[in-house]
Amino acid sequence: MEGELALLGKYIGAGLATIGLGGAGIGVGHIAGNFLAGALRNPSAAPSQMANLFVGIAFAEALGIFSFLVALLLMFAV
Amino acid sequence: MATGTEEHAAEGGLAIHPMDQFIVKPLFGDGPVHWYTPTNVTLWMGIAVVVLLGIFVLATRHRGIIPSRLQSVAELFYGFIYNMVEDVTGHEGAKFFPYIMTLFMFIFLANMLGLLPMSFTVTSHIAVTAVLALMVFLTVTLVGFYRKGLGFLSMFWVSSAPLVLRPVLAVIEVISYFVRPLSHSIRLGGNLMAGHAVIKVFAGFAGAMGIASVVPIIAIAGIYGLELLVAAVQAYVFTILTCVYLRDAVGEAHH
Repeated sequence: MEGELALLGKYIGAGLATIGLGGAGIGVGHIAGNFLAGALRNPSAAPSQMANLFVGIAFAEALGIFSFLVALLLMFAV
Repeated sequence: MATGTEEHAAEGGLAIHPMDQFIVKPLFGDGPVHWYTPTNVTLWMGIAVVVLLGIFVLATRHRGIIPSRLQSVAELFYGFIYNMVEDVTGHEGAKFFPYIMTLFMFIFLANMLGLLPMSFTVTSHIAVTAVLALMVFLTVTLVGFYRKGLGFLSMFWVSSAPLVLRPVLAVIEVISYFVRPLSHSIRLGGNLMAGHAVIKVFAGFAGAMGIASVVPIIAIAGIYGLELLVAAVQAYVFTILTCVYLRDAVGEAHH
């Protein structure tokens, strides 16, 4: 019984942890959307800012990936 | 992680378990995996290195003013990475171009070869990406202390912030510095693992749906295209972050 309860908690926890990825989605969308808005106003400056775009997306995404990691840890390591 | 997925596959559920593709198996026989056992990870790392050498050695053997097809591929990669390194780290950082070029080509080829059916994605294992990220972390730390001495520590002391805030910021900066190798490796490994697992989940649907399996097969084709993009972008992101970290070590102070 106790083992089943722990299993239940593990699966519910893993599911809850994936909610954090929604935050990463908001962050990445915000960066990409703002980049596009800026790029349409000044298209000639856009190519020089591609590197900053990807670095920004990578930083925003990393925090979401941490919650994915928590989900994986709960599923396979705990 | 491998043992967990094996137990999981035995429990039933989908016919093709999405995490089975990441199990590390010995190439010969079924014995236990030691650190010296040749496994499928070793095999696909070796294939990535052989393809890398193939592209660059074959392409540059008969160099011409008018490049052959393979030579223009090699020149394209070379020029792309060189421009990136010089843009981000400046002229001083261009000394590290060979290291960054090797990193990019290895990760790029490992990602791309992992998309072949029946292959194994080396970079989806956090053990592999963690070693790559730790090497970058060590390189940046050692080069920073070698070139700037104790002045390297000034990057933790944000001189543009108000004096009251600086100790707080210093603590945050130190934490974020040591989290770098973790986020650097998990970003690459997590993205690739998630992408491949999604493809396998859809493949499981296709196996279970009979005639209606056309729908998941079309979806797999779409996701596959997306995964090609992810494979290239993640290799790019890994190397550009390496350049950004190197800029702290070799460039002039930004704070």
